[in-house]
Amino acid sequence: MSFELETAVNREGLRRVAIDPVSRVEGHGKVTLLLDEAGHVKEARLHIVEFRGFEKFIQGRPYWEVPVMVQRLCGICPVSHHLAAAKALDPVVGALTLTPTAEKIRRLMHYGQILQSHALHFFHLSSPDLLFGFESPVQQRNIVGVAAAHPEVARQGVLLRKFGQEVIRITAGKRVHGTGAVPGGVNKSLTAAERDELLADADQMIAWSRDAVHLARRLHESDRALYDEFGLFRSHLFSLVRADGAMDLYDGHLRLRDARGHIVRDGIPCADYEQHIVEEVKSWSYMKFPFMKDLGPARGWYKVGPLARVQNCDFIPSALAEIERQAFIAHGEGEPVHAPLAYHWARMIEMLHAAEVIRSLLDDPDLLSNQRMNEGTKGREGVGIIEAPRGTLIHHYRVDDDDLVSYCNLIVSTTHNNQAMNEAVRQVARRYLDGRQLTEGLLNHIEVAIRAFDPCLSCATHALGKMPLVVELLTADGSLADRVAHGG
Amino acid sequence: MSPARPPEGARTAAREGGGSPVSAPARKLRVATTSLAGCFGCHMSFLDIDEHLFELVELIEFDRSPLTDIKEVGPCDIGLIEGGVCNAENVHVLRAFRRNCKTLIALGACAVNGGLPAQRNHLPLSECLREVYQFRPGIANGQIPNDPELPLPLDKVRPIHEVVRIDYFLPGCPPSGPAIWKFLTDLIAGRTPRLTGGLLHYD
Repeated sequence: MSFELETAVNREGLRRVAIDPVSRVEGHGKVTLLLDEAGHVKEARLHIVEFRGFEKFIQGRPYWEVPVMVQRLCGICPVSHHLAAAKALDPVVGALTLTPTAEKIRRLMHYGQILQSHALHFFHLSSPDLLFGFESPVQQRNIVGVAAAHPEVARQGVLLRKFGQEVIRITAGKRVHGTGAVPGGVNKSLTAAERDELLADADQMIAWSRDAVHLARRLHESDRALYDEFGLFRSHLFSLVRADGAMDLYDGHLRLRDARGHIVRDGIPCADYEQHIVEEVKSWSYMKFPFMKDLGPARGWYKVGPLARVQNCDFIPSALAEIERQAFIAHGEGEPVHAPLAYHWARMIEMLHAAEVIRSLLDDPDLLSNQRMNEGTKGREGVGIIEAPRGTLIHHYRVDDDDLVSYCNLIVSTTHNNQAMNEAVRQVARRYLDGRQLTEGLLNHIEVAIRAFDPCLSCATHALGKMPLVVELLTADGSLADRVAHGG
Repeated sequence: MSPARPPEGARTAAREGGGSPVSAPARKLRVATTSLAGCFGCHMSFLDIDEHLFELVELIEFDRSPLTDIKEVGPCDIGLIEGGVCNAENVHVLRAFRRNCKTLIALGACAVNGGLPAQRNHLPLSECLREVYQFRPGIANGQIPNDPELPLPLDKVRPIHEVVRIDYFLPGCPPSGPAIWKFLTDLIAGRTPRLTGGLLHYD
């Protein structure tokens, strides 16, 4: 099916403008706009332009290689793929439950990942737009510009990310592409010295994360007209929640809220995801478009990630982040907050939660135990779902008697947000670009909307691929009339 | 590996032997980075230099990079390439980097030898595409994406030295932050980059 502005009714005579590559996001994407003579937007699309084929070439590999292979889908959230695969393969070695040590080490690793990825996205990638303005000079609009103008903000961002990376290094052996989780448990627990190394900085990270929430909130509240309306659209919200409704980013069941905030699906076991989610293929993107099967493609799409999670859960099980969640919910005045730019605020609330979870896990003596593995009667199939930094991540494998993988299905976080990101692009194109002379700063508005979702186009191109942004204007015969590539 | 050729402007900072830090060069060196068919892990490792980032930006300025909004690479002293070559667009970007960068570096396993994405090389591309987009449960409107906006995939994923000349190869999946810091500070100071001990690894 096709949404408004997704496909021009008549593409004859329209100019093409491309943003290629989309920058300050992970991976490769581009945006194309088709405009009529008066500059009215007739079509706007976010394309994912690369394909890598992981789902195919994983098949035939021994299952124990999978957690290490699939993390190479994405260098930004390798831990998410690593853990989702390990979770999916736990039943294959008969580990229907994990030892307390294994579960807590994995959780520590995962919340370290949430912390580092959220810090990276907010400080290194998005903060220049928010601190300097969407049309600020290209030369300034990056982390180096932030370091010059706001050195303390930049420094805290770098050190927050560093701490998250150190949690990963200590639990997984390396900062990027480690090996900590294995089907059935983990291959390493913590030493007291390693725990103490993290403990030394943990309280500082909570304090800085709280400052970051307040910074994001202040930015939002300082210009409510902009932050509440920019790229606004309404949709369902989708995520894991814990059995008691709490936010849980490592495990739980699936919940869907409608745009008004009513829970419309709840308690869906992870293993049943296939009964609920269908992915539509469109000819113009390598990234699929998932939707809820019974609601259909027109109404059944949804948002995932921080904005969905902070509102989908009933509460956040850590004290400081819960206070911030309540302030966030109050901002909606009884309605869910759908504003894309509110993703930043929600993301920082999650970063604070991650810092609190890490701090409290470090007090747990189970981290130091050597009870690392469980096993039992071998199984043949498993589904692992985790809340990655960018949203719900689904891994599904079948393994034959020879221990080789016979089937692999991956639905990555950014893919769930495909329709949502396209919708935000169209809203911004309609509101800010329609009928105007396109400048670099105006085109950056489109990228600001995309960045809010923190897309990982590296992940999203797992089928064969990658994501950059360019806007080009083409004449009717296809020749290039105008092209704006940021700073180009 | 070819012998070190200090980037122009860096010679005043050259000093004997190893060891950071380096003093500021006469002018800032210009550095471009890109990720082709990679996972961004090498760029993450680049950021794993942590606080050294603030020292680095005293010595260099960024050109095109996923960290900036500069979309086209311009004349640069150093280019860092993550990822191999998997489609026509990768080839264009890589050639533009070679034309503009005095010293071009293959950063990490995928750029050096194709890496994990090259695991598809033993499979026919059409079979990969059909299986992912057409013949699998839970798909609506199954079809192989095909649009002028989508760059054509290559039949095989290639290491970048098969497409352009490369001056240095830095292995690792990814190379660690300290390895990247040592490599860059050597290069900026006009020393032959040398990675020893734990800094040189292939995993």
